[in-house]
Amino acid sequence: MSDDAVNPEEVRHVAELARIDLDDDEVGRFTGQFADILEYFETLDEVPEVDRDADLANVMRPDEERPSLDSAEALRNAPETEDGYFKGPNVS
Amino acid sequence: MSENIFITEERIEGADDGPLAGTTVAVKDNISTEGVRTTCGSRMLEDYVPPYDATVVSRLKDAGATIVGKANMDEFGMGTTTETSYFGETDNPTAPGHVPGGSSGGSAAAVAAGEADLALGSDTGGSVRCPAAFCGVVGIKPTYGLVSRYGLVAYGNSLEQIGPFGETVEDAARLLDVIAGSDEHDATTRTEGDDSNYADAASGDVDGLQIGVPTELLEGADEGVVETFWDAMTDLEGRGAEYHEVSLPSVEHAVEAYYVIAMSEASSNLARFDGVRYGHASDASGNWNDTFARAREEGFGDEVKRRILLGTYALSAGYHDKYYKKAQDARAWVKQDFDQALSEADVLASPTMPVPPFELGESLDDPLQLYLADANTVPINLADLPAISVPAGETDGLPVGLQLVGPAFGEPLLIEAASALA
Repeated sequence: MSDDAVNPEEVRHVAELARIDLDDDEVGRFTGQFADILEYFETLDEVPEVDRDADLANVMRPDEERPSLDSAEALRNAPETEDGYFKGPNVS
Repeated sequence: MSENIFITEERIEGADDGPLAGTTVAVKDNISTEGVRTTCGSRMLEDYVPPYDATVVSRLKDAGATIVGKANMDEFGMGTTTETSYFGETDNPTAPGHVPGGSSGGSAAAVAAGEADLALGSDTGGSVRCPAAFCGVVGIKPTYGLVSRYGLVAYGNSLEQIGPFGETVEDAARLLDVIAGSDEHDATTRTEGDDSNYADAASGDVDGLQIGVPTELLEGADEGVVETFWDAMTDLEGRGAEYHEVSLPSVEHAVEAYYVIAMSEASSNLARFDGVRYGHASDASGNWNDTFARAREEGFGDEVKRRILLGTYALSAGYHDKYYKKAQDARAWVKQDFDQALSEADVLASPTMPVPPFELGESLDDPLQLYLADANTVPINLADLPAISVPAGETDGLPVGLQLVGPAFGEPLLIEAASALA
């Protein structure tokens, strides 16, 4: 087991960062599984440093107006809309 | 339909004529179809109806194909069995009572059951090749950049490619000809497939072909799978191919590198499902964070939550260098290894999956064991290379697939070689 063995508080913290509510059963189950999986991921420590290909280049298109979805189409899948906008809960 | 192959059955007629006129195609349900719901096998997108077609769907329609339904899949492409779908598991038509493989299990099953002539899946770490192997059909994972991902609901976008299924290599190649090529909507596409004629490459000629067999991809594989693999290799040898062993030391670390990268990308890509613009909305009251977190708890299944959380963890402060950076090193190492091995051979061959299809329900409890089953397919996605799975025979009545891997944009060579077997 690694020095960073996963505990339930850590799973809850990550779930909060990822914006996923978890019930207690899920926290318990994931805690055990994450310990196994992360321990396995730690074998990446054996990977040597490798020179990476440096031939990456950004691909940019011209910044020009072009057709896109109209607002009715863009809003079509929203559970709630108002006056042509998405309607969501209060931010705080 | 007893096998639960389609999430949505709907006929979408294409143009009156074209290279796929009179041909039926099943489309994986993470590929957008205008006006027809696209669920990704998830409760989160149960009612989502895309307002536009994916590029591959436009090309299918232009080619005269008839789409017959949206095929079942592991939720958001996360799985090796098509058992994590919110809409229930798919049974394997070739081996009833067994999984069809994943995550494009519905697409492979559609072809195996004769419900469609051809099918489209997506392959992030083997999700076309695994179900092709388990269902006894042909599946192609194209070179990264050959096929547009515009309209594919993203999971691990540096890894995934849309790929075709068919009963024969020539059939699958015919579909690849239609979908391959550059696309102004996807800046990662390349021009190599623009005027392709892959179907014509399916001549079955392997005379003089040099095949490298990576020893690491045979170690630990099921005995019956290995026997079936060697029988198929002997068949190829009888037609004039030659094989020799090659070594790919980096693949020992490919599975962990793959899952760290895929989960990290998933944690970012799936952040868009908030239940406000689209996606499952919860009845929870409270502020944006509370409502968002509740909608995601309700909308996502276990495997999706597991990967988002592990990806969030791998990218979080203090762990980025330990996991993500190391995984990128491993990815570069895997690429180098494949370049080396392919300088000594025309193509590489291995069993597609190290095991025959699991029984339904057999494998879900231990995620780590299931991840390890992807050992032979994930290295290819890390290296951005093309690969094909063709039926190699059976072990105990269960299908076994043989995987051929080629150099980047070496699809014609792969199709020529694989067509000697199917």
